[in-house]
Amino acid sequence: MRPLFLQRVDAGARAAAPLVLTLMIVIINVVPLRLPSYSVIAPDLVLMAVFYWIVHRPDLLRPWGAFMVGILDDILVGTPLGVNAFVLLLVHWMIISQHKTLRTLSFGLLWFAFAVIALGAKLILVGLALAINRGLIDPMVLLAQFSFTVAVYPLVAMLMGRAQRAFLPAT
Amino acid sequence: MKRPGGVLRIAAPLRVLAQRFTFLGLVAASVGLMVLGKAETPIVEQARTLVADAFVPVLDALSRPVATVAETGEKISAMMNVYAENQRLREENERLLNWESVARNLDSQNRELREILHLNPEAPVSFVTARVVADAAGMFVRSVLVAAGAHNGVAKGQTAITGDGLVGRVGEVGERSARILLLTDLNSQVPVLIENSRARAILAGDNSDQPKLLYLPPDARPQVGDRIITSGHGGVFPPGLPVGIVSAVGDGVVRVKPFVEFYRLDYVRLIDYGLSGTLAVGAPPPVSRRSGR
Repeated sequence: MRPLFLQRVDAGARAAAPLVLTLMIVIINVVPLRLPSYSVIAPDLVLMAVFYWIVHRPDLLRPWGAFMVGILDDILVGTPLGVNAFVLLLVHWMIISQHKTLRTLSFGLLWFAFAVIALGAKLILVGLALAINRGLIDPMVLLAQFSFTVAVYPLVAMLMGRAQRAFLPAT
Repeated sequence: MKRPGGVLRIAAPLRVLAQRFTFLGLVAASVGLMVLGKAETPIVEQARTLVADAFVPVLDALSRPVATVAETGEKISAMMNVYAENQRLREENERLLNWESVARNLDSQNRELREILHLNPEAPVSFVTARVVADAAGMFVRSVLVAAGAHNGVAKGQTAITGDGLVGRVGEVGERSARILLLTDLNSQVPVLIENSRARAILAGDNSDQPKLLYLPPDARPQVGDRIITSGHGGVFPPGLPVGIVSAVGDGVVRVKPFVEFYRLDYVRLIDYGLSGTLAVGAPPPVSRRSGR
């Protein structure tokens, strides 16, 4: 019976990898980097991780997982509670609704799909900023962060791909 | 292979329905949290600070190696510029020596005048030095998380400064963590003075790197390079703290470049101007608290 139990623990830990890795990215994302102007162009690492896992393993990053990631992000970044949770839930919905198409795409097209979804996510954020903070986000900052987020995606996707092969080799 | 039984045939659509409800429930929960947070419900704030407290040790550990790398980089670039830097410092030193004698004269004169007026000596202030462990690189807010909280004597509304000038003020306090609202944040408004003309204004953040001066009197003519200091009006910030210099004037918008380089924040001092003397009683001594000016 013992090996069976250990196998279950192992499988459970592996299945938790996407959520745990994404939560780790939320934490790493707020570590001060001491780079000038970084806050202006800061790429949205959390969005990249969430996108990667929902596209590749939607069974392991469920809406409640996206919600948890968003809440932790809100708390550590200091955004009003619920904002990133809301954005990531909508991102989850957008990806799942197109999942049949997305999972067949080549990397280049998937990258383009990420750009579209990142744009959607940023626009939702602008709407929420207007509603909650009654403030407009500087369009230049928005553009810089969006471009940088899209530009850095392949790197994060590569790292997550390695993690996927290491922890979830069957997929 | 087992064929799906009757139970499963009913269960499958039920599961889809349940999943849909979960999704909608989570969306409703996040909207609810936003509404509660907007209404400044204390429980939302408590929950936030509780989680922040739990993550501060991790963030503290993670931010140290990054800080070391950044410091090493700065050291290397400092070493490469050592000659030019030395030259600059010599000139500055000469200028500062002049200022020192001026300051000494003014100080003794000031003391004499205070004695003549029987002015009460200013109460010494106490402060807590705290490390910045998380930096919000978002476009929504401008704030940082520090690894000191109520346990160390940090309280809401305290002023955060560095040696360069004003950083902002403490917005949320947990047991071992606190969030500092930077003066560049959209919700930050600091009563300030233009040092030379003594014209009053409000320095309002807009999440950009350079906040704006609002409510300037019509006769105030701010010039690029004018120093901006806190005015102390409204009782939120003490008067006379250096804030920044006017960096751009035009189109009715006056922008100020803060003295503090926010991306480089490492340690900040959280100053309590109201609680002087009472902090030492009761509370256990924190890691890095000093008092005096």
